[in-house]
Amino acid sequence: MYSASDLKKGLKIEIDGDPCMITNFEFSKPGKGQALYRCKIKNLVTGNTFDKTYRSVEKVDRCALISRDYTFSYIDGQNYVFSDNETYEEALLSEEVLGDSKNFIVDDMQVEILFHNDRALDITLPNFVEMVIAETEPGARGDTATNVMKPAKLENGYEINVPIFINEGDTIRIDTRDGSYSDRVAKG
Amino acid sequence: MQPGAIQLRDVLMRGIRTFFYERNYTEVETPIRMETPCMELHIDAEPSGTHFLRTSPELFHKQLLAAGYSRIFEIGKCFRSGEFGPLHHPEYTMLEWYQTDADYMDILEETKLLISKVWNGISNDWKLLTVSDAFLEFAGWDPAGNYDEDRFDIDLVEKVEPAIRTIGGPVVLMDYPVEAAALSRRKKENPLLAERWELYIDGIELANAYSELTDPVEQRARFEECAAQRRAMGKTVYAIDEGFIQALETMPPSGGVALGVDRLLMLIAGATSLDAVLPFRQPLN
Repeated sequence: MYSASDLKKGLKIEIDGDPCMITNFEFSKPGKGQALYRCKIKNLVTGNTFDKTYRSVEKVDRCALISRDYTFSYIDGQNYVFSDNETYEEALLSEEVLGDSKNFIVDDMQVEILFHNDRALDITLPNFVEMVIAETEPGARGDTATNVMKPAKLENGYEINVPIFINEGDTIRIDTRDGSYSDRVAKG
Repeated sequence: MQPGAIQLRDVLMRGIRTFFYERNYTEVETPIRMETPCMELHIDAEPSGTHFLRTSPELFHKQLLAAGYSRIFEIGKCFRSGEFGPLHHPEYTMLEWYQTDADYMDILEETKLLISKVWNGISNDWKLLTVSDAFLEFAGWDPAGNYDEDRFDIDLVEKVEPAIRTIGGPVVLMDYPVEAAALSRRKKENPLLAERWELYIDGIELANAYSELTDPVEQRARFEECAAQRRAMGKTVYAIDEGFIQALETMPPSGGVALGVDRLLMLIAGATSLDAVLPFRQPLN
């Protein structure tokens, strides 16, 4: 248990069984009154945010979050299946939990999955992933400008803006944190 | 720390001292270490060997008033355990002043003069708001005669103070329920209320003033009740300062106020955190 005075921005706590994070924190002590700890809290499962004020005598539950290393195996319907690098146990993550990350998952990718008790909350991919362009308009020959972009499609249908010199069949590196084009991978 | 904050403090301190010297105040120094800190429910003193560090110079000042000094001020460090945040620092500079034959409204007039002298461009439009009116309007209930400490504190922080912030400029919240009187006297015309005000500027609480309680019997009863509450909460209970209680017997009617100098400096500097004006503080994230 945390005391109210232990609370701070970024701390993860448990409220009514759900993992939550304090996104804003303010120590308040009006006039001659009691110390109050005013928090903005985000529920890490639903994404909802709400305000909550703790009195100094109140206790707050700790949140047991662990992350483990997994390897991507296969897609089973709406779920993505990963296997634990140590125990080979499978973990199923829905598209909803994966969010935008689902666009950048490739065979045998090494990922980190964050669990609260047995519930998978979030996934962290490697910062960069290499993927192949499936579809794009051909660029003008000799045009190596990097600031002129055009739309392209990956093999999984994800649409991304790439520089005009990128062609179908090229392998590019994508920053998985924001889903943007990083650079072209030289042909081996 | 914000550039220029050191010079800004120097200008402010000179301005404050000049203001009081010109008004025939005597600058006093009182002990920082004391055996009997003022007993208040939610203010905790920092231990210092066999003593405590002062949370305010109030008890000494009132003994000086009883001894015949009629206009006194002090600028000095005070210490409050466990208070840390954008607007709190466990060691801070307090300006405290007292005047005999004055009440909280006389002190308010003097506070206006002081603030307008040391702060160019501060609004002259001071809004006065009673606690009852503020709570009725912003929290939907009147704590006078119907006081609930926990509800009062929470609604003050969640509803009333944000509304005061929205009003902006200098706002004086006055006439507190007698349960929140601290060391102020009851209003003659309404004993449910106490002659106490808190000044907010741009929503930041800056000063706390009283028509001082000079009744030794009521003061002792308040300390004893506070001691019982502190004991029940598992907090340190301070001994009652008998010299102070005795001084109340001869202390003339007086008004007094304590003002947070670091917060005033922060406001003048246009900042929102004490980080901007305290040079050696580890900034908050």
